[in-house]
Amino acid sequence: MTIHLNRRDVLAGAGALVVSIALPGVKANAAIATQASRLALKPEQLATYISINQDGSAVGWVGKVDMGQGTEIGWLMMIAEELDLPAARVSMVQGHTDLTVDQGGASGSTGIWRAGAALRNAAAEARRVLVEMASEKLSVPVDRLTVTDGVVSDKNDPSKKVSYGELIGGRHFDVTLEWNKHFGNELLVTGKAKPKSPREYKIIGKPGTPRRDIAPKVLGTLDYMVDVKVPGMLHGRVIRPPVAGAIPVAVDESSVKDIPGVQVVRQKGFIGLVAPKEWDAIRAAQKLKVTWSDVKPPFPDQKDLFDHIRNAKPVHRDDEQNVGDVDKAFAEAARIVEATYEWPFNSHACMAPACGVADMRDGEATIWTGGQKPHHCREGIATMFGLHEEKIKVVAMTGPGSYGRNDSGDATMDAAVLSKAVGKPVRVQYMRHDGHGWDPKAPATIHKARAAIDKDGKVTAWHYETKGFSRREFFRDEGSPERTLAGQLMDWPLKPVWLIGPPSESYSFESRRLASESIGPLLDRASPLRTSHFRDPLGPQIHFGVESFIDELAHATNTDTVEFRLRYLKHPRDLAVVKAVAEKAAWKPHVGPRKEINGDVLTGRGIAYSVRGQTRVAVIAEVEVNRTTGKTWARRFYVAHDCGQVIAPDLLRQTLEGQIVQTASRALHEEVMFDNKGVTSVDWTSYPILDIKDAPEAIEIVLIDRPELPPVGAGEATCRPTAAAIANAIFDATGIRLRRAPFTPERLKAGMA
Amino acid sequence: MAKRIELNVNGTKHTIEAEPDMPLLYALRDDLGMKDPRFGCGLAQCGACTVLVNGEPTRSCVTPVDALSDKSITTLSGIGNADKPHKVQAAFIAEQVPQCGYCLNGWIMTTVALLEKNPRPSDAQIREALTGLKCRCGTHASILRAVKRAALA
Repeated sequence: MTIHLNRRDVLAGAGALVVSIALPGVKANAAIATQASRLALKPEQLATYISINQDGSAVGWVGKVDMGQGTEIGWLMMIAEELDLPAARVSMVQGHTDLTVDQGGASGSTGIWRAGAALRNAAAEARRVLVEMASEKLSVPVDRLTVTDGVVSDKNDPSKKVSYGELIGGRHFDVTLEWNKHFGNELLVTGKAKPKSPREYKIIGKPGTPRRDIAPKVLGTLDYMVDVKVPGMLHGRVIRPPVAGAIPVAVDESSVKDIPGVQVVRQKGFIGLVAPKEWDAIRAAQKLKVTWSDVKPPFPDQKDLFDHIRNAKPVHRDDEQNVGDVDKAFAEAARIVEATYEWPFNSHACMAPACGVADMRDGEATIWTGGQKPHHCREGIATMFGLHEEKIKVVAMTGPGSYGRNDSGDATMDAAVLSKAVGKPVRVQYMRHDGHGWDPKAPATIHKARAAIDKDGKVTAWHYETKGFSRREFFRDEGSPERTLAGQLMDWPLKPVWLIGPPSESYSFESRRLASESIGPLLDRASPLRTSHFRDPLGPQIHFGVESFIDELAHATNTDTVEFRLRYLKHPRDLAVVKAVAEKAAWKPHVGPRKEINGDVLTGRGIAYSVRGQTRVAVIAEVEVNRTTGKTWARRFYVAHDCGQVIAPDLLRQTLEGQIVQTASRALHEEVMFDNKGVTSVDWTSYPILDIKDAPEAIEIVLIDRPELPPVGAGEATCRPTAAAIANAIFDATGIRLRRAPFTPERLKAGMA
Repeated sequence: MAKRIELNVNGTKHTIEAEPDMPLLYALRDDLGMKDPRFGCGLAQCGACTVLVNGEPTRSCVTPVDALSDKSITTLSGIGNADKPHKVQAAFIAEQVPQCGYCLNGWIMTTVALLEKNPRPSDAQIREALTGLKCRCGTHASILRAVKRAALA
């Protein structure tokens, strides 16, 4: 895709030629726009979220980004429902800082929950205003009007009608909404109109609205981030040190003098280069001779990682819950059950290492990013280069997957540093070793669980503590220079946020103590083991421990693991997902491991459940463990999922499938390898993920739809219980309790020996 | 030293000037301005760059551009289009497969080659043929459904 820098083209391409003039029946005070631009993006203006084209089709504008789970379709279904338009006549514009207001980008599974709520309210208000305008135009009272497919007509005389296109097509709404004075995920707007009751839904909750991005992806016609080409653009590469923490002290530019057009850029600890041809930039980055500062290798031996965590002095402690007299319960316990669980660093390891394009000429900035949070990207660029945000445009493009804060935020900042230095647009494409080696990591953690059991076998106290690296050593986005590798290399000091968080469950144990402790980063800047958000940040780790331990308690009290959960869970929606998944899987109650053997293959099933926000999920995994090879195949999964109101059930099912497989990959295969100098798992051989040969043969899903409740997010919650479900199934199959992820053949074989 | 190299891509002949050891991927993307084969690893480990060379799925990120002058190269956009998608593409659309979709070249082009040789593969044969390809979003269940649908088309 060759980029045209004219904003008018962007809008025309988006199909929303909207010009504001005074409207009958609506408070009208906007100036007449002289070009096809958006009105100033005011969060309280209806036009910020909804516009109607001349043909009566609608555009929804959202400051979030669909990362490929079909969120776009959820949004436009919600808008279509309220506007009484077919979903096919609504389109979305996402994640562009000039065109959409800051709604936080893709973040925390809030796409449908938060932005969807704002869009739904805005669309309902738009319909109310349009019907009011029609009432005036047709001289028919509002309560006699009905809307079908964007045409407002008189119930008594259907010949009296007017379309949305005729009423306002091509012009802005000039309607003020009530705004909650928040930007980001929290942004909410409310109009005078009340959204529809679920009883009136024609679109919401029904499958079959096709995604708009699928065919272009399958046909090879979609413009991805990597396809952005700006006239005059150079190709950039960055060079990372052989020992983490080292900085360049000398560069021998003659080492690349044979490669055409190479320019080296060195600023403090940052070093990169540009060349007109991409292959030349790659070759130059390989050949450039850099002398690095002599630093002490900063990392512990990998085999000592968990000892390092155990022994490190915490920098922060959160006592998240303290209910009842835990100490007394332990003092009076007939039995105490204890276990410790460990999870290593994981890499985002996106399908491709990050790419970003920056054009920093003329005191302005245009950034194309594959990252999730374009408005935060703008904040980071503004601070780094001392630019006003109005001078910066950030465009979110489809990247090679993103599940939180991956390496995109670093690539865009690198591109901006290089572009600023050479005065030309620059495209940075990381190499595979930059991606795996230097992308932000999901934290490694240790989880200590303890329970008191009385003489009747009742659990009287529950104590769970997590200790490990914070999930936000450099926050969760690129909204400030120190949150990027380039910023850290250019002396912006790290500002960690200490955050781990407690388990999320509703077990009604009489007393409970939940706490977490963060330890400091292994290296205080530009670390290849720096930690940030990776899909359901710390959820899989924490709940691997929690739900494995619940299984251990069931076993210790001679109770079936489903029965144990039903006995202690108290929230009715939690009970409902556990019951639903057990029913779907035709769960046969039993105590202890079954160890079903067929030849070399042991078979087992395990359950786990957890809550994320208001979304609850229960998963049953069915595994086969090969006694000879130690290899586990997570063969089948059953899922019961309750995220409140279901918007697009078909897309929701696929989203859940993706979470099951991605988390099975983390649980069974993934572990960042490192030595004391840096990360050594720098490609798909050294950082294996789940292969198609090991893909489950079936994932059977029960969606518990609660149309009366808000839709509360579904992009991450299923990551949470999946690892424990697999571990519990391995126990059922083998009697081996694996308390450290990943569940590799070596660990299984060691257990079976 | 850069030299003139002829490439036959999707039925059209092109001549480029390139280092002979430059991987085909950069000729397709940089010199010919194509966007359907994509860089994923540069190590032949993921499949995002897959093209068909004389019908064989080939990792263009490690295939020197010099080795292809008498060969026929087909990319994802060369097997079908919106009006007439290849049956494998039609199946991937019908199953609404991708999440990010960046990996699709590998899955679709390898499936095209598989079904040429074995029009009715078993589940095990499909997995064997596709092993090694990467999908980080975890859409494997959808991919398997789509391949089976394509085989029945």
